[in-house]
Amino acid sequence: MNTKGLLAAIGLAAGAGVMAPAAQAEDLTLCWASWDPANALVELSKDFEAESGHSMNFEFVPWPNFADRMLNELNSGGQLCDLMIGDSQWIGGSAENGHYIKLNDFFDANGIKMDDFIDATVVGYSEWPKNTPNYWALPAFGDVVGWTYRKDWFERPALMAEFKDKYGYDLAAPETFAQLKDIAEFFQKREIDGKTVYGASIYTERGSEGITMGAMDVLYSFGFKYENPEKPYDMEGFVNSPGAVAGLEYYKELYDCCTPPGASNGYMSEGIDAFKSGQVAMQMNFAFTWPGFENDASVGKGKTGYFVNPAGPDGEQFAQLGGQGISVVAYSEKQDAALEYIKWFAKPEVQAKWWEMGGFSCLKAVTLDPSFPASQPYAQTFLDSMAVVKDFWAEPSYAILLQDTQKRFHDYVVAGQGTAQEALDGLVSDWTETFEDDGKL
Amino acid sequence: MTQTPIERAAAATPPAIVTRVKGISDRTLAWIFVAPTIFLLLAINIFPLIWTIRLSLTNYRANRTNAEVEWVGLRNYERILTDGDIWHSMQATAHFLIWTIVLQVLIGFTLAYLINKKFKGNDLWTTIIVLPMMLSPAVVGNFWTFLYQPQIGLFNYVVSFFSGVDPSSFSMIGSVNLAPWAIVIVDTWMWTPFVMLICLAGLRSIPDYIYEAAAIDRASPWRQFWTITVPMVLPFLMLAVLFRGIENFKMFDMVTLLTGGGPGSTTELTSITLKREAFEKWRTGYSSAYAIILFVTVFGLASIYVKALNKVKER
Amino acid sequence: MSDFSVIAATPRQKWIAGSLVVLYAVITILPLVWIVATGFKSPADAIAYPPKVVFEPTLEGYVNLFTTRSRATPETLETLGPPDSWYDRIVRQYGMVISGPSRYGERFLNSVIIGFGSTFLSVFLGTLAAYAFSRFKVPLKDDLLFFILSTRMMPPIAVAIPIFLMFRTLGLSDTHLGMILLYTAVNISLSVWLLKGFIDEIPREYEEAALIDGYTRFQAFRKVVLPQAATGIASTAIFCLIFAWNEYAFAVLLTSGTAQTAPPFIPTIIGVGKDWPAVAAGTTLFLIPVMVFTIMLRKHLLRGITFGAVRK
Repeated sequence: MNTKGLLAAIGLAAGAGVMAPAAQAEDLTLCWASWDPANALVELSKDFEAESGHSMNFEFVPWPNFADRMLNELNSGGQLCDLMIGDSQWIGGSAENGHYIKLNDFFDANGIKMDDFIDATVVGYSEWPKNTPNYWALPAFGDVVGWTYRKDWFERPALMAEFKDKYGYDLAAPETFAQLKDIAEFFQKREIDGKTVYGASIYTERGSEGITMGAMDVLYSFGFKYENPEKPYDMEGFVNSPGAVAGLEYYKELYDCCTPPGASNGYMSEGIDAFKSGQVAMQMNFAFTWPGFENDASVGKGKTGYFVNPAGPDGEQFAQLGGQGISVVAYSEKQDAALEYIKWFAKPEVQAKWWEMGGFSCLKAVTLDPSFPASQPYAQTFLDSMAVVKDFWAEPSYAILLQDTQKRFHDYVVAGQGTAQEALDGLVSDWTETFEDDGKL
Repeated sequence: MTQTPIERAAAATPPAIVTRVKGISDRTLAWIFVAPTIFLLLAINIFPLIWTIRLSLTNYRANRTNAEVEWVGLRNYERILTDGDIWHSMQATAHFLIWTIVLQVLIGFTLAYLINKKFKGNDLWTTIIVLPMMLSPAVVGNFWTFLYQPQIGLFNYVVSFFSGVDPSSFSMIGSVNLAPWAIVIVDTWMWTPFVMLICLAGLRSIPDYIYEAAAIDRASPWRQFWTITVPMVLPFLMLAVLFRGIENFKMFDMVTLLTGGGPGSTTELTSITLKREAFEKWRTGYSSAYAIILFVTVFGLASIYVKALNKVKER
Repeated sequence: MSDFSVIAATPRQKWIAGSLVVLYAVITILPLVWIVATGFKSPADAIAYPPKVVFEPTLEGYVNLFTTRSRATPETLETLGPPDSWYDRIVRQYGMVISGPSRYGERFLNSVIIGFGSTFLSVFLGTLAAYAFSRFKVPLKDDLLFFILSTRMMPPIAVAIPIFLMFRTLGLSDTHLGMILLYTAVNISLSVWLLKGFIDEIPREYEEAALIDGYTRFQAFRKVVLPQAATGIASTAIFCLIFAWNEYAFAVLLTSGTAQTAPPFIPTIIGVGKDWPAVAAGTTLFLIPVMVFTIMLRKHLLRGITFGAVRK
């Protein structure tokens, strides 16, 4: 970390202890993605404005442009954002390049304990280096890739009978990826209520991180590992293991057989769209989308079911982590007020309200509450999914690692070039080159 | 009329004017007038260019301000030129460049030829045809993604209306075979009027008496077309091709919003690769070298072309 | 041209040529008409299959373009009472409430500020330089002119790499001033080349007469040349404005909020919720000024797009 960031962090942390509430009314800007949870946060933050006297502005950017815009903002040393709810993978770069201020002393001074938050989110959103007690963010929004399905279709007796007849087991939320593909095939191009529907909506987006998030979500359960657990950055045989190859082949088969036409560049909003418009029977998407389905006129009211990412051929089951922590931007001139916001946001009663409004709180006091699983139809699926998460590299070079992955996966899965083995072998060599450039290999 | 800007500048060199002693001298005034422009160009064009060359010899990364910067000599250039990806994106760029030029020249010339028949209302229709060219390529590219949607998109619907193909059975921007054509179609839609306008100027520059003389010699219209019209318009046409060539070699905005370089890397033009390297991967040194390679390529090709253009005009 | 001219097209040829051109014009204008029409469709109509040609027009797209909305529970909606305005009513039918204005207005305003600011600067500086190139012997004139032109050959992304670093150091990232300076630098080559052409066409006898009458060179420039060049300056200004208005690559890389213009913003509207009518509405409003300018400029169009290389 650079000295400037360090000094800022120390100075602030020292100041934080004696921070007088609302010393000066500031105009704070919070930057995040433009999506449903952000709208909920705007509502939630009204309480903060009333309590502190500060006023809140928001700069929301849609997901496909979010990383591009905000990393550009951070790298240009911009002062647009005082608070940043940045994506989990940015943490390494933002910590090492001094974009975020370190929060350890601030947490200590204000009695905020990381043990109170879901472990996976602390590792995923706050820590750099990983698994060390160095915190750069407060877990703000827990998220994980899971699946939704059209419960109302799955429960139609005629379809159930036909499915059982064809595949020999009951039509229900799939437990393995093999079942998922059967079901997707079963629904593909089927006429339901006079409309042609398709099997599943999956991530295929090329520009930012879409296809990587989607394919990794499947690959983990097929045995893909980022590195040798014994030897960091040793990737040969882990990234391109036979299991990983089978997983990538599976993803391509799923794309080829069972997705709607033109689904060659879809991410979260395309998935929401396909599911809400009744185009698909199943949909891969982050959990944040789920509250929106419950409220939706066409797929709400019990028509939507949720299931955890299915298990792979050997019974392994993992899911891709999403979600973000909230950080204070080192270039901001209003860091005191920004820290006040985090302090307020970490309060258990605020976190409880956050969950109520559709924000996925990471506070154990909220998620471990006995009433939590029954509080929403998707609550249990969320908890189960959060228990099996894995995340992409959070290295400072994450963007290079990610872009190489995007290219390899999109070239193979969507453009149909080469084989899965070639794609993953290529990935090993791309990643090796990047780590060599970084001096880590 | 048919001169290149450079030649025009040379021809326009004014004869000496009576210099007034009053006030500041012409020479000083000239410098006062030119200096701000030159200064601005030096600051925002030349200085950055030199800086880019310097950066291209380092492993600098703009997102690691506190990392040590090392001189790597020509290694960035070596890496780029030995990597297959640059050849792939050069190929994609060449496909885009060649086909947009071929189509725009064919359609643009035909339209100019037809408009030159001076039918009633040709001015109004010309203005309508010209509209797409002036619009923001980014905004247009973005909107064409809607027109290209399978099933609901206007383009697919029109194609299916005339051909009977199911509109949901093909995806212009999702299919490896169609995407390179999707960007060619939009560019042609936008820029055919450009070629058309220039050809029209060429056609209108041909004096009537040449045709009249040919008619007296009983040259057939077909022969007149090939011996008078085409050679006379050719310099104009080549100028249009030069402009389109340079612009499309630089192409970024429209294609990035339409296909984002996808599917896979099928439509990843050089500028899109460059943007990924420079502003997504933040490999500043590497991408600076890439930028220099592109600049040298476009400058070299343009110079060769201008030589050819001058030869054609001399004939 | 007499009716007996050998080269005049026959009425039949004219008719064929005319119908082919009209056919092309109709095809070429269709996507634009479709954009404008989509702006007045409801979201459902916009994605209907087969595409709807006849539909009930609504201003939903425009309301969505200018507002941010949040979902309200039926209970909250009841406590709010009846909607107070037509736009409230439109939003309420989807169970939403307006929570504030969107960023579109700000971005549009940024486009106006940066567009006009850079146009003024580049035409001002361009006129001075063009006059000097046109009337005086400037050493290395041809080289300078070619140099000015060649600055347009570099791909914008390549230029943006050092500019990004420069702006970061100078604190110009995401500022109006930075964007105005940058667009001025890009436009000035066009401006100098076009204006030089226009000023070349003004007979120098006028100035010489003025000089003999006792004007200084600068007075002659201001009182004689400038008024004569007014049309040229105006059309050059419009070309510069259109470029700055349409520019995307620099804007997307060098601005993030405060100074972001409309072109990088409009594509992000779709990322929020596949709201095609709102995108179409934003696109329409953004394209209309350029269409108006194009029609105004049609006489000088050719000159502008070819850097003055071809004049009609």
